[in-house]
Amino acid sequence: MSGDCRSARGGGDLQRSQPLRFEFDGRSYQGLQGDTLASALLANGVHLIGRSFKYHRPRGIMAAGPEDPNALVTIRRDAARSTPNLNATQVELYDGLVAYSQNRWPSLRFDTARINDLLSRFIPSGFYYKTFMWPRKAWHSLYEPRIRAAAGLGVASTEADPDLYAQCYGHCELLIVGAGPAGIAAALTAAASGARVMLCDEQALPGGSLRTGTSARIGGQDAADWLRESVQKLTAAPNVTLLTRTTAFGYLPHNMVALSERLSDHLATPPPGKPRERLWQVCARQVILATGAIERPLVFPGNDRPGVMLAGAARSFLNRYGVLPGARVVVLTAHDDAYQTAIDLKAAGVQIAALADMRTDPAGPHVEAARSAGIAVRTGTTAVGTRGNLRVTAVGLAGLDSNGAVAGAADWVKCDALLMSGGYTPSVHLHSQARGKLRWDEATHAFVPGAAAAGCRSVGACNGLIGAELVRVFEQATAAAADALRECGIHDQPGAIAISKELAVSEDRGASGGWIGALPQPAGAKAGKAFVDWQNDVTAADLKLAVREGFRSIEHIKRYTTTGMATDQGKTSNLNALAIAAQQLGRAIPEVGLTTFRLPYLPVGFGGLAGYARGDFFAPVRKTPMYDWAADRGAVFEPVAMWQRARYFPERGEDMHQAVARECAAVRRSCGLFDASTLGKIEVAGPDAIEFMNRMYVNNWSSLAVGRCRYGILLRDDGFVYDDGVVARLSDDRLHVTTTTGGAPRVLGMMEDYLQTEWPHLKVWLTSTTEQWAVIAVQGPQARAVLEPLVEQADLSAAALPHMAMTRGLVCGVPAMIFRVSFTGELGYEINVPADYGAEVWRAIWASGQAHGMCTYGTEAMHVLRAEKGYIIVGQDTDGTMTPDDAGVSWAVGKNKPEFVGMVSLRKPALQDPRRKQLVGLLTVDPAHVLEEGSQIAAEPGQRPPMRLIGHVTSSYYSSVLGRSIALAVVSAGRSRLGQTLYVPTAHGESTVTVTQPVFYDPKGERLNA
Amino acid sequence: MLIIPCPYCGPRPELEFSYGGQAHVTRPTAASNPSPAEWNAFQYERANLKGLHAERWRHIHGCARFFNVVRDTTTDEILRSYRSGEK
Amino acid sequence: MTSRFSGWSLLLGGLSGQRRWQQQWRAATPKRGYEAIIVGGGGHGLGAAYYLAKQHGIRNVAVLEKGWIGGGNTGRNTTIIRSNYLWDESAAIYEHALKLWEGLSSELNYNVMYSPRGVLMLAHNVHDEQVAKRHIHANYANGVDNEWLTPQQAKEYCPPLNISDNLRYPVLGGALQRRGGTARHDAVAWGYARAADALGVDIIENCEVTGIRRDANGEVTGVETNRGTIESRRIGVSAAGHSTVVMQMAGVRLPLESYPLQALVSEPIKPVMPCVVMSNSVHAYVSQSDKGELVIGASTDAYTSYTQRGALHVSMHTLEAICELFPAFRRLRMLRNWGGIVDVTPDRSPIIAKTPVPGLYVNCGWGTGGFKATPGAGHLLAWTMAHDAPHALNAAFTIERFRDGTLIDEAAAAAVNH
Repeated sequence: MSGDCRSARGGGDLQRSQPLRFEFDGRSYQGLQGDTLASALLANGVHLIGRSFKYHRPRGIMAAGPEDPNALVTIRRDAARSTPNLNATQVELYDGLVAYSQNRWPSLRFDTARINDLLSRFIPSGFYYKTFMWPRKAWHSLYEPRIRAAAGLGVASTEADPDLYAQCYGHCELLIVGAGPAGIAAALTAAASGARVMLCDEQALPGGSLRTGTSARIGGQDAADWLRESVQKLTAAPNVTLLTRTTAFGYLPHNMVALSERLSDHLATPPPGKPRERLWQVCARQVILATGAIERPLVFPGNDRPGVMLAGAARSFLNRYGVLPGARVVVLTAHDDAYQTAIDLKAAGVQIAALADMRTDPAGPHVEAARSAGIAVRTGTTAVGTRGNLRVTAVGLAGLDSNGAVAGAADWVKCDALLMSGGYTPSVHLHSQARGKLRWDEATHAFVPGAAAAGCRSVGACNGLIGAELVRVFEQATAAAADALRECGIHDQPGAIAISKELAVSEDRGASGGWIGALPQPAGAKAGKAFVDWQNDVTAADLKLAVREGFRSIEHIKRYTTTGMATDQGKTSNLNALAIAAQQLGRAIPEVGLTTFRLPYLPVGFGGLAGYARGDFFAPVRKTPMYDWAADRGAVFEPVAMWQRARYFPERGEDMHQAVARECAAVRRSCGLFDASTLGKIEVAGPDAIEFMNRMYVNNWSSLAVGRCRYGILLRDDGFVYDDGVVARLSDDRLHVTTTTGGAPRVLGMMEDYLQTEWPHLKVWLTSTTEQWAVIAVQGPQARAVLEPLVEQADLSAAALPHMAMTRGLVCGVPAMIFRVSFTGELGYEINVPADYGAEVWRAIWASGQAHGMCTYGTEAMHVLRAEKGYIIVGQDTDGTMTPDDAGVSWAVGKNKPEFVGMVSLRKPALQDPRRKQLVGLLTVDPAHVLEEGSQIAAEPGQRPPMRLIGHVTSSYYSSVLGRSIALAVVSAGRSRLGQTLYVPTAHGESTVTVTQPVFYDPKGERLNA
Repeated sequence: MLIIPCPYCGPRPELEFSYGGQAHVTRPTAASNPSPAEWNAFQYERANLKGLHAERWRHIHGCARFFNVVRDTTTDEILRSYRSGEK
Repeated sequence: MTSRFSGWSLLLGGLSGQRRWQQQWRAATPKRGYEAIIVGGGGHGLGAAYYLAKQHGIRNVAVLEKGWIGGGNTGRNTTIIRSNYLWDESAAIYEHALKLWEGLSSELNYNVMYSPRGVLMLAHNVHDEQVAKRHIHANYANGVDNEWLTPQQAKEYCPPLNISDNLRYPVLGGALQRRGGTARHDAVAWGYARAADALGVDIIENCEVTGIRRDANGEVTGVETNRGTIESRRIGVSAAGHSTVVMQMAGVRLPLESYPLQALVSEPIKPVMPCVVMSNSVHAYVSQSDKGELVIGASTDAYTSYTQRGALHVSMHTLEAICELFPAFRRLRMLRNWGGIVDVTPDRSPIIAKTPVPGLYVNCGWGTGGFKATPGAGHLLAWTMAHDAPHALNAAFTIERFRDGTLIDEAAAAAVNH
């Protein structure tokens, strides 16, 4: 059947006056506002929507909700906004929507890969584990690329996604997941208490099963009217947040529930700047799960043809979207609920060719209602096959004998739709994610919630009330809400709704029944494929094969057959798969058990999970006060930890090496200006400040005079260098500790750790002052001359302020700490001024320096200058495996100290081994050759891999001042090898080097002390 | 996300805290000249308990204090928290 | 005897209605005792049993698994294989494993789908680049392939990668190990199980060890389990996140802590990722499976836990990085998210060693790197158990190295920035 399948009946979700145009596979169709893509396609008689993953069998729409395994499509707004693998039942129609089917070539109607279906006997479950092994390399070069090309569902866009994604936190006393009758009743109860309530539902409209059609009346009105009024009440309540299009996908520890809210995918033209999705992380004190149940398909040969649909889905399509699944329908069921579908369809003018019930003696109000509606009920009947290619055309029905075996030949009944129901499976996903236990309920053939996680309650169908009368659902939901509120300390609940009044239910029919596992088939028949997992093409035979091959755990069976691992995550298949496996294993279902429920309940977008963290918001950017000045001058920056540091300042088309050579030369010749603000700064204050530092750092701080500085080294308790920096004594009880740029937070954290938990009796306060001070390094022989005109109340002379001294004064009128320190080997000062004045003071110093040939230099030149002097950089010349002695700084270790962090470990023989790697200098025989940092060092030339290695190059530069390359390295027993020739083998050839002291420039320090 | 009860500030989300490892590990002083085994026990050996685990957290984006928490490592449920130096 | 798997066997299987397939491994019930017992039926433990039987003639072996084999970290990881580690000892042990991977499908007659699609480790700052190049030089000298790619070369190798300068942490290049890649995790467990079973090894699932028995001399005599006492004087523990729990039964304390490590997959899409990309700086690890799912790994959670789940914000943080590096992936969706329990040592290197208890051996501490080592770890644990002495390749990976300060610190070289 094709063409108009829209009914005048039903269609509660529709706005029939608003037609919409949309495209599917290039063809234009009309739908209505309120349609999903699935309902709109069905309304146009389109049942063929996709192809299956492995066998490429034609597939239609099986379910009406997100559990549908078949109808995956790509929705394309433009090239960058093309979204694969969306479920047509979840895609809300908008005017101009463009959809494509997936995983077929050349077309959906004719797909060449259908040949897999014919060859299926040679590619059973797990076939790929058994072949493609020869020749050895062929897997990667030959087989795998072909398998990959055939696998995968939709095609991802290759362009950057321009859409925005939002995130927020929610806080409430009670979160209710699912706005069906149970969720709404719970919300109405809680709303009256004044507690903060959040209610979310994955659908565009709340109501759940009430929307799919029920005969029940609630509170004296039609269910639809009650629903409308209740939603209005909840929307109006200031303490209730009602979120639609919002899927609770993850239940995390401590009652945090993650929700994904779809904000604009349903809009024809999303307003600019409107996020596409919003991720909620809801911290709820109590949670009520009212997530309903999912109808189970029946497993029989040919159960996958387009036109085969769940009975409840067909009722949903009729009552919500006014869509008829066919003109001549067969219903096959083991559950009462499908009777209502037959009754509703018949009332809409559909011919019910047969209503086949597997049960031999079904009875009750549903059966009576069907019979009185003139529907012929065939009891004790099963299906043995279907016919049709792109749409089902007939179903073979056969009788069951009293033992439940197929008796007699099949009666082929013509139809254009086959509606099936094996009953309902409670949606226990979130209960289980929360680590609640499950209990097998034999009566309903279902796992239902057992002991729940703290603060979590399940109500309604997800709690096992399958087909139960609505009044029981309401009782459970309102009681759970009242309990949850009491747990929040809310005992007084005036105005709570009453079961006897607002929730009074009449004309309701409870439903029962159900089937689980494969349907009985004639003995010895050559059966067609009976699908369990539609999307991954897993059949009952596949599951049986897995068991025969020795897979006994349900987890193994799942992984071997891939059942339940498709994008629907087994929502319709898991229980049938379990039943078939259990039967084959000869064990009871609860003994075999379920596989683990994992988040997310439904696939959730990366974009929403990544949220705002993109571009500059990916991570905070830390900039110094002088950043803008440097940027204006064309500085090239490098990220160091979260900072952006100026790496070099190129002039007139210089590359980095040219710029660095010029910057270095200027510092050595006259003067350079350097932004050192990123250095970590910690103020250590208090009567025990010196004692604390004595315990933390290797140095002896007791002998440090006020106004003097010292190079400090911090180890971890493993004895290895962790950080370093200059420490100044500001007063008797106050030290200014500097750290490496990246090390500041972890050094402060380590100090706090020892202070608070090892030595809590010490009276010391630690304060990060990194961002309080702008640090301007002025380095070079002209440094004093540049600064002196700007400085008041401080004497910069060598006598008054020698190397490693500090003083306070005014610089450009700004109170400053002036440190006479140098990381370049030149006369140098580091001016610390309050950060807000940093840029101004910087500019003033820069102006003063112009007469002296001053230049700015970046981190790269700083690295070269310090390497020329043999100053190490922790993290580059050390790597977390170096002791102070290894790094050549053992002179800094205080003698006769009773304690410092790392002291005990330094006593280990391995840490005193003379063969340890020690810092040395290396000079290449070819002075123009710059070794690559990280190159390995060997004592013997010309080795082939694997080589005997004795060290590696840690720092290597071309020194324009020295007119040659220099390198620092760590070499086994390096200090005993001075003058030796060593070799640096690389993939590009071997260099010869000589071991030297690690100081290449001004070894006597005359310039430093100038 | 864990909700961690800071004994100084009250319950706060995990993002405000940093983890500090097992609590009540005694650090031998250098002066006590610990044996290699004693020092190794302090440095590296941890109970790694499957069950109730006393551990340190620091409210780094809050009061910045270290404190102790008893957490069930099989469920991540937090049973109680207490200040450093308390038991 | 187990029949061989091949294209021919599939043909015959198809023609016979799939009736000729045998059990891949028997459902063994515990015997009274074994010559050797392996505690832990992951890839490492099953591998050890296989190599004990195959190479050391010790076939009277039981593998005791408390759940289902391969259900721990073997079945929960992102299946990355590489050997470009820094220190000589590490490079040697991982390279040993990689060489075994290269022949594993034919060795086991089970397609483990080892796919050398290349592992590209990105550098985002100067320090990353220095660290990567140090690895490359060290690997060259050790005979391990690893090469530096410029950003443009990285883009050519992995077209969806964003190498724009405007990234918060731009791609400055990367270290590529071409022989690195991925394999099919379940197949490794099942392949070892089938091959070991064929050699007579008993694979006993749902068998949880609750105690380790020792005699008056302190030597092991067997294990207590929920299925009774099983005797053996040679016990190898290969229990990953539960190593400390098991070893505590023999009074052995280990320098290990167990952390959650999360992974996630996207829905299947047509091929977009030709290789494995890792970024230690921004914590993103991604490849695409044969089925089409993007397989994404996160960093470990902050705190120890045995819950096999991690915090959502850890996965979110990883996806932030993935979406920046691959901005076209933002519209894809997370299909499954799960956690494993990884046993982490202070120096991020494993322990494969004898223990202070005679007859008790341990293979643990692989942290986030265990899958890639699977055949090597199994092989070396078997060797150590068979000889009561370590192989040269695992001689340095002792428990005592922590006490002695002879660490093999893979983390130190990479983790420190300046």
